[in-house]
Amino acid sequence: MRISCTSGKGGTGKTFVTLNLARTLKDRVTILDCDVEEPNCNLFLQGEKASSERFSVLVPQLIEDKCTGCRICADVCEFNAIVMLGGKPYIMEDLCHSCAACSILCPEKALIEVDNPLGDIHHYQKDSIHLIEGRLDIGKALAVPLIRHVKKRGLETTYDHLILDSPPGTSCPMVWTIDESDVVILVAESTAFGLHDLQLAIATIQEVGLPYGVVINKEGMGDDRVEIYCHENNIPILAKIPFDREIAIIVSESKILVDEKPEYKKLFESMWEQMLLLKEHSDGN
Amino acid sequence: MKVAITSTGELLTSAFDTRFGRAAKFIIYDTKEKSFIVLDNKEQVDSPSGAGVQAAQVMINNKVDALITGHLGPKAGKVIFAAGIEVYQTDAESVEQALAMYTSKALKPLKGSNVDGQWV
Repeated sequence: MRISCTSGKGGTGKTFVTLNLARTLKDRVTILDCDVEEPNCNLFLQGEKASSERFSVLVPQLIEDKCTGCRICADVCEFNAIVMLGGKPYIMEDLCHSCAACSILCPEKALIEVDNPLGDIHHYQKDSIHLIEGRLDIGKALAVPLIRHVKKRGLETTYDHLILDSPPGTSCPMVWTIDESDVVILVAESTAFGLHDLQLAIATIQEVGLPYGVVINKEGMGDDRVEIYCHENNIPILAKIPFDREIAIIVSESKILVDEKPEYKKLFESMWEQMLLLKEHSDGN
Repeated sequence: MKVAITSTGELLTSAFDTRFGRAAKFIIYDTKEKSFIVLDNKEQVDSPSGAGVQAAQVMINNKVDALITGHLGPKAGKVIFAAGIEVYQTDAESVEQALAMYTSKALKPLKGSNVDGQWV
């Protein structure tokens, strides 16, 4: 089974749910930390590093004396990554999506493709859990190619279930993370801001067309507007995690709740059962 | 001397647009001829990314010597400065006010971009 854990608003507890679910399941789990701008799963898992690799994408580089300034490259670029400056193309690597149209279509073969490093991929292991972490270099903006590579590396590990810890929001990095999931978990806080961003995330998931359910985290903080919204719209609530000082202390010490307090495993087991039902229901359709 | 001013409308009395890449329009004022043309920036306003860079390309294609705007991001700034275009920052209310401040040398040239980039 492939699960994604996401949210509209940041800081609602995606990593918390991801890790507790992974530690509760008795099957082999591979966690993919796709929140590549600030990966934090291993802060809690504290796995041993098994391997690391650099990750790069290809970007065009100009061979000046071959260029005739025909500007075909600038015209074909869908991403406005090439401007003509003094009659020659000027390449903005940060805007490039590595489609290679410019170098393929250059009649003079004046654009070659070179590596543009984006970040690192680390592979950690603890007990039966594998963790593949993407870590975008500081100052880089292209999260999606790195996320896709994290997913590719994750599929190469041995697992029964994949759990993807997604970046928050509703833009490309989130969509690329949740794509092809069997079930999406939305972690939400019941506040005005929490509900607003949850609705945006739900609209995005509906567009992608995946089964999903909501986990209300820090229940007791704020009000009951998320629960009311879910009931009114027939959205399954997979679990409610209390707003509790003891849990907050455990998290603040980089520990995993179910490791410290195994009685909480029941909560995550029941969440898992509900997700299996969601998957079954969606397979049935 | 050709001076580009970011504008919300097509007149010198139009409100100044503080945005560069996604400014509604550009008024290109010729200080010698004392005349101007208006360029519509709709294509960049609707562009998902790279609006600033393409707006910079428009400046280069129109052989602009100076640009008066409110905010210039890092990527557009890279292109504008590489092209040797002078940039002046203001929060003037109208295009003519911005232009008057420029001609009376009340505006200081910007040495680099003054806002962070935006990412999709």
